[in-house]
Amino acid sequence: MLETLQNLGLGFSVALAPGVLWYGFIGCLVGTLVGVLPGVGPLAGISLLLPATYGLDATRALVMLAGIYYGAMYGGSTTSILMRIPGEAASVMTCIDGYAMARKGRAGPALAIAAVGSYVAGTVSVVALMLLAPPLASFALRFGPPEYFSLLLLGLLVLAYMNSGSMLKGLAMAALGLLLGMIGIDQMSGYFRFAYGVTELGDGIGVVPVAVGLFGLAEILLTAGQRDRPEVIRPRLADLLPSRQEWREAHMPIWRGTAIGFLIGIIPGSAHVISTFVSYAVERKISKHPEEFGRGAVAGVAGPESANNAATSGAFVPMLALGVPGVPIAALLLAAMMIHGVTPGPLLIDQDPKLFWGFIASMYVGNVILLILNLPLVGLFVNLLRVPYPVLYPLIVVCSILGVYAVNSSVVDVWIMLAMGILGYVLRKLDFETAPIVLGLVLAPMMELSLRQSLAMSAGSYAIFVTRPISVTLLAVGAVLVILALRPFITRSLDWRSRLPAETEG
Amino acid sequence: MTTDRLAGAALVLIGIVAIWESRAFPLGSLHRPGPAFMPVLLAALLILFGLAVAAMGAAAGRLLDVGWSEWRHAAAIFGCCAFAAWGLDRLGYRLTMGVVLAVLFLALERLTVMASVALTVAMAWGSFYLFDTLLKVPLPRGPFGL
Repeated sequence: MLETLQNLGLGFSVALAPGVLWYGFIGCLVGTLVGVLPGVGPLAGISLLLPATYGLDATRALVMLAGIYYGAMYGGSTTSILMRIPGEAASVMTCIDGYAMARKGRAGPALAIAAVGSYVAGTVSVVALMLLAPPLASFALRFGPPEYFSLLLLGLLVLAYMNSGSMLKGLAMAALGLLLGMIGIDQMSGYFRFAYGVTELGDGIGVVPVAVGLFGLAEILLTAGQRDRPEVIRPRLADLLPSRQEWREAHMPIWRGTAIGFLIGIIPGSAHVISTFVSYAVERKISKHPEEFGRGAVAGVAGPESANNAATSGAFVPMLALGVPGVPIAALLLAAMMIHGVTPGPLLIDQDPKLFWGFIASMYVGNVILLILNLPLVGLFVNLLRVPYPVLYPLIVVCSILGVYAVNSSVVDVWIMLAMGILGYVLRKLDFETAPIVLGLVLAPMMELSLRQSLAMSAGSYAIFVTRPISVTLLAVGAVLVILALRPFITRSLDWRSRLPAETEG
Repeated sequence: MTTDRLAGAALVLIGIVAIWESRAFPLGSLHRPGPAFMPVLLAALLILFGLAVAAMGAAAGRLLDVGWSEWRHAAAIFGCCAFAAWGLDRLGYRLTMGVVLAVLFLALERLTVMASVALTVAMAWGSFYLFDTLLKVPLPRGPFGL
């Protein structure tokens, strides 16, 4: 414990240095703007602003990008409460009771509860991250290629299982992403695969053009032609303070949302979105007045808002401790670390303690900055929504092209972004989630390498995956998930009633 | 035809193409996988998932019910992006983005000429100044150093 506190002291000495603090502030500010703007989620925001960090050292770059991430989580609640438009997917649940509170003239308290809930959840979950990541990283040092392969396989299965759509579609998208990840030079044999003479594809398809195409450009194509300017409820600064009764109603949902969000955040998948749904369902279930949900229940704002911010820290646990991204945003942050010459993984804490602990401490500082930013400046952020969409989206198009081009100064990446934009547009129309594609793309090289290294270790025997305790445990958990996903089909086919002719029913 | 049936068929097709293209590399064996092993394995999985999506897709939404009303607008935006990809290294960042933005504002969004010119110049030249000059991200220059 003493060692953790000493390390945290080191982290604060890094995070409170004026240069780092400034970039943390910029990240939080930009992240809030990104969160406020519908259609520009944290993923697209980080992708677009990644080039802006190239001139910075790794610590400043990571602090700024993480600031954008949790800033966007804070900012997303503003449009949900004031306009019933979720700034990003995790704010959908806040729309229901947040907007209902705003309609009842309680927009200010709803914003304040969302901000305080986010602050408490953000801060408490960073403590949990700080306590959990180092032991997990030490444990991960026991991992060899078979354990990594099993872990990555489990990650993909969990992602598909937790997918808000069907598991089958999630797995299909993950397989497509993994297949895209096969493009480029094979690390073990040196073969140039599926590149068709395009030398820029030697290192494979980059995660940035794929993410910007699937999430940024696809969103613009889907909302093309939209001209409506939505109604905005404008709260006064003086009306921000919740009443004593509202504080009392928000108190416990904030703590429960924090616990739910952090635990779900660790699990790969659409953690933020799922955590808000679970939190909302739990609050409604245990409420003495469930009929108030949907009509402006304070717990309906406090719980989900706390959960989505706690999930942000939870998502950093596998990224920092294992070097394995659980969500697409973590994959982008890992890519950013590698661009800045930092090798993510369990050795990061020992090899670069300043970066690791500086990053953790910057999250405490970032939460304070966001609390200060979000309440007094809410009017300013809302004004951004008055910019007409026909003026706003060309700027996003420019930023997308600029951001993608600047990664490698290559137009090949811009073409990849365009292809992914079309793919994302069509897949969204056909009701497929695109997040598993990004994760599959990032995990593909790691997965292939660990599979082939494992087989080289065992002289070609697949038994290596089931004779090592950690590996077999991970695979067993994956098998349980597959069985759980298949259970409805199995029980339906075993149920004799489902085979009865329709006319005998009833 | 339902959306899932179409998507499933497309996934199967992608899988078949991937397996066909993998012929160029050694497959290796189950115990000593070669560079084509993983792509073929993944393509086979994709075909399997595609078939399952298509098989269970009878209850999905009908393809005709999917709204494509914005497709002309989307195609125009896509065309502008494609022009940017073509022009960046040939015309430079500022000229390319200038053309893209002018087309988007004037032709597509029908803003006034004054507003379009002002926004085009501000965005194309402003983003160049911010990223290239201030943040030292090298952006391509075209004819006359533009």
